[in-house]
Amino acid sequence: MTAQATLLSVNGTARAVTAPGETRLTSVLRDALGLTGTKVGCDAGDCGACTVLLDGVQVCACLVPLAQAEGRSVTTVEGLAATAMGAALQRAFLHHGAAQCGICTPGMLMAATELLAANPRPTEAEAMASLGGVLCRCTGYRKILEAVLAAHGFLEDGRPPIMPAAGCAVGSRMPRADGLAKVTGADRFGADAAPAGSLWLRAVRSPYPRARFAFGDWAPLLARHPGLIRVLTAADIPGRNGFGIYPDIKDQPVFCEREARYRGDCLCALVSDRATLDAIRFDELPITWEVLEPVTLDGAPGGEALHARWPDNVLTTGRVVSGDAEAALSASVHVAAIGIETSFVEHAYIEPEAGWARRIGQRVEVFACTQAPYMDLEEVAGVLGIPQAAVRIIPSACGGGFGGKLDVSIQPMLAVAAWLLDRPVRAVLPRSESMVSSTKRHPARITARAGCDATGRLTGFAFEGLYDTGAYASWGPTVAGRVPVHAMGPYRVPAVASRARAILTSNPPSGAFRGFGVPQAAIAQEALWDRLADSVGLDRLEFRALNALRAGDTTATGQVLEHSVGLVACLDALRPRWQALRAEAAAANARGGVRRHGVGIACMWYGIGNTGMSNPSTMRVTLGPDGLVFHNGAVDIGQGSTTVLLQIAADALGLPAGGFRLVLGDTDLTADAGKTSASRQTFVSGRAAAAAGKALRDAVLLRANAGPEAKLAWDGSELLVDGRPLALEAPLEGIGRFDPPTVPLDANGQGIPYATYGFAAQVAALSVDMELGTVHLRRIVAAHDVGRAINPTLVEGQIHGGIAQGIGLALMEEYLPGRTENLHDYLIPTVGDVPEIECILVEEREPLGPFGAKGIGEPALVPTAPAIFSAIRDATGATIMRIPALPHRVLDAIGR
Amino acid sequence: MTAYRRPTSLQEALALLAEAPRPPLLLAGGTDVYPARAAGEAWMQPSDRPLLDLSALPELAGIEERADHHRIGALVTWAALRDAALPCWFDALRQAAAQVGGAQVQNRGTLVGNLCNASPAADGVPALLALDAEVELAGRRGTRRLALRDFILGNRQTGRAPDEIATAVIVPKATPGARARFEKLGARAYLVISIVMVAVVVEATDGRIARARVAIGACSPVAQRLPALEAALTGLPVEAAAAIPQPEHLAPLSPIDDVRATAGYRRHTALVLLRRALSAPAEARAA
Repeated sequence: MTAQATLLSVNGTARAVTAPGETRLTSVLRDALGLTGTKVGCDAGDCGACTVLLDGVQVCACLVPLAQAEGRSVTTVEGLAATAMGAALQRAFLHHGAAQCGICTPGMLMAATELLAANPRPTEAEAMASLGGVLCRCTGYRKILEAVLAAHGFLEDGRPPIMPAAGCAVGSRMPRADGLAKVTGADRFGADAAPAGSLWLRAVRSPYPRARFAFGDWAPLLARHPGLIRVLTAADIPGRNGFGIYPDIKDQPVFCEREARYRGDCLCALVSDRATLDAIRFDELPITWEVLEPVTLDGAPGGEALHARWPDNVLTTGRVVSGDAEAALSASVHVAAIGIETSFVEHAYIEPEAGWARRIGQRVEVFACTQAPYMDLEEVAGVLGIPQAAVRIIPSACGGGFGGKLDVSIQPMLAVAAWLLDRPVRAVLPRSESMVSSTKRHPARITARAGCDATGRLTGFAFEGLYDTGAYASWGPTVAGRVPVHAMGPYRVPAVASRARAILTSNPPSGAFRGFGVPQAAIAQEALWDRLADSVGLDRLEFRALNALRAGDTTATGQVLEHSVGLVACLDALRPRWQALRAEAAAANARGGVRRHGVGIACMWYGIGNTGMSNPSTMRVTLGPDGLVFHNGAVDIGQGSTTVLLQIAADALGLPAGGFRLVLGDTDLTADAGKTSASRQTFVSGRAAAAAGKALRDAVLLRANAGPEAKLAWDGSELLVDGRPLALEAPLEGIGRFDPPTVPLDANGQGIPYATYGFAAQVAALSVDMELGTVHLRRIVAAHDVGRAINPTLVEGQIHGGIAQGIGLALMEEYLPGRTENLHDYLIPTVGDVPEIECILVEEREPLGPFGAKGIGEPALVPTAPAIFSAIRDATGATIMRIPALPHRVLDAIGR
Repeated sequence: MTAYRRPTSLQEALALLAEAPRPPLLLAGGTDVYPARAAGEAWMQPSDRPLLDLSALPELAGIEERADHHRIGALVTWAALRDAALPCWFDALRQAAAQVGGAQVQNRGTLVGNLCNASPAADGVPALLALDAEVELAGRRGTRRLALRDFILGNRQTGRAPDEIATAVIVPKATPGARARFEKLGARAYLVISIVMVAVVVEATDGRIARARVAIGACSPVAQRLPALEAALTGLPVEAAAAIPQPEHLAPLSPIDDVRATAGYRRHTALVLLRRALSAPAEARAA
């Protein structure tokens, strides 16, 4: 059969496409027409990333057969700028910081375009209804709504955004330096590009949580599928068949050997052309199984060993002990206790793992979405058994990470395939495969007790956390190490005994997820304060203010906090809102009805950077024939480091931020900035960027023989120093490096785990339907001490996004292997689930930080869920102990 | 029949269906067909079922008002229903249409496709059950109608014969002034699969309920009408309706525990939502 060409109009141009009629329109646009601005997040209509307009109506292109588009008009993000409103909307998105990682942005833009075409000045409710089908995991939706509602105001003003002047970048709301590509669809994510002639790789994964297996004869499969070029198994790994975060724990195999340890564990990989791969069925594979009983958190401690190296299944124990907590609790006037259980939480970045690898001589290049290019480099070198210098990692635009793209996923197997076949090989994980195979937030079972004296001053705190770390170590040790330090929260507690254990099970590997176990701990800790406050008869905010850490206090690890302890300032800022919202809730409750209103509060602290370990960053700024170049190896996963670090470097140098060319992420072209995690890039890489900018400034001034106060400026492409052109005989460079000073923790958790901490408090106002158990958020007020807001718009964006993930953690997200492996059974917040958010930025300068700045990525999320549970308690009297608080659990808790 | 066909007349479609060596999957808006494919593909279970695309059949298009019923063609989307000017007894169905999926699903998904997919949580079923809707089925031997309650046989099972196409849903007219209401309970604002759904259609004469039709979804393999409750409501003043539903009225339901909720919660909230749905007309009058 010869397929007939299908004619359709795409962005106003007639196109003829020869493909089967049932081909998804996404595939037509991306693969046949090269319009990769339309993203694929799920292939199931669950995420809306592929939203395009079909005859002006928003549709998920993944659900439209090519034949149904025949003779019709398709508009994609690439066609948006051609209309006045489309271009205005793009400018509004840039101005309002509505794009973070950018993976949902094309879908959001197209959904909004349908609305704005009919109604240029919509209400918020109308905008929500239009955007309800597009999921965003970064922004918390609020800035997207702002941009859509304001788009009409950008119709007249076609000018590019105004960039801050020299020396004025820090503190400005300059638009994202990488934003334009995100609103035009030009950004290249992992699935958007690959070398010509790339083969495709498909991982074969275990459907069983625990099973022994054996491969039979592959010959029949290879004969049946002549296009199948290679089957890669453990035997094909040239180097070490193992990867893992810690240099001494490479326990996760690229390809399993004889035993699969979780549902999704990778057995082998098939490499061929795409059509061949798509036709191969799992039951054709020569695999025989011996299914074993999975080990769960109930049976794991002291049960059958899952790894010989950890005979009791205890991967790591973290501990902080100061004073005698038991004695303090016994002597306390008031004591409270709580036990909670949380669930696996999926990162649900809208971009599934994707990328390619190719061999160039004796080197290998890997292009993929990642949060940690240099860690990927080490893993790929180890797996291939080649020197690290022979590996180049080129990060793609990263469509969300949140910790989930810190571990390697497809990188090692792609590298192995490309290395052995000497051909480029690419892979894109389907949504369900991404969810099944990737790491998760640790489910935690926590018991905690706390005591205070008659005036409400805390006396002692005891915490025991059992964290299900799943099949492999991943970031389990990091979680077990970080939790006990943070478990008592940002409060003065004289006696502390906190312990967290990471337990190996047959579950998906639990790894890094925004907060590294601290959000789970904060839920328990903050519930205790509410109870103690009630016992003492203190207002719940005032109880926290009474006990809040202040500058000069000593923490449970023995660290004296000298500077930048802004919790009291956060609480002071919240107090009037707290009182007003409490009064509103009381008034609403007095009116009666089935809804009970409540207001909750929670605080948090968060250590910036690695726990008691070196985590340096190096940045470089050069001035030469190719202009002023910022070599920045920090991966921007949407949080904004590309922009923030540029602002810092620009002001340190004294030239406008708009005048830099950016070289980003590529390990051949940038130095190791460390991973994008632990809320460290603004603080650690920011200090390095400031030092690099300053070093280049010093070099320029030396060359110009100018004093430290000299003014730098551009005259076209010529650099002026105090008005005089600078003669450059050779390129100049400035290199900056920073490693936050810490002291490793001893056996009792004593030391200086972090150089600085973020502090925050959030208030949540909500109502609970007492008959249905449903929770309706009304408002969240978030006060965050960020040291210095380098870019307030981006800081707010982080707070909004963290709050949205906190809402998900609190109310709906529950990953159940085998059951919620897609984005319609696994629920993350939609645009309608995030209430109005007020951000209050508190700036208690951190002397170590660049221009006083600290991190914000994780602090944004930590207090949200506890504040929501506090508000549910306030509204109903019920304490939520099983999380997420799905409606039936809330109703259960109310009934207890 | 080859893997994919898109006929342009019902006759051609029925011929293709009759001659197909393997029963093809019928495709309209694609909002169920493609997700199912994706789920299979993720575990290397590609679908090799041929597709018969019904989207170009003129006989399946549009909403028509006839003497004693409305005919909703099988290609009518949720969005078309949501935005249509339809009599008041369609309000529950239109509320369901406005809450299914997100705008993209509403723009593509069809009501009849939702019936044919026969999910226990199908958003279109309770309202149509409460309207005593029938499904129009075309075959080469002619057209027949099947009451919706007889059409959906179980989870993902329907009474459509392999050589038939569901061409429309037929909705008998209710009395003018009938009040219809839909309540959907889910764990988030958009794109949510229902935990419980309630649809009621109440027809009243002089303030007394002449006929009440009540259906509950997502609480049994197939959404259920509640005949005992309907009987109990008949003849009562409209204002009294909300107090009537009692646990024993839920006897036809058989809810299960799943990832979204427990069986007990479903029973409880079904009753709560019923009472709310039945109180709505009175409240609306008061307002």
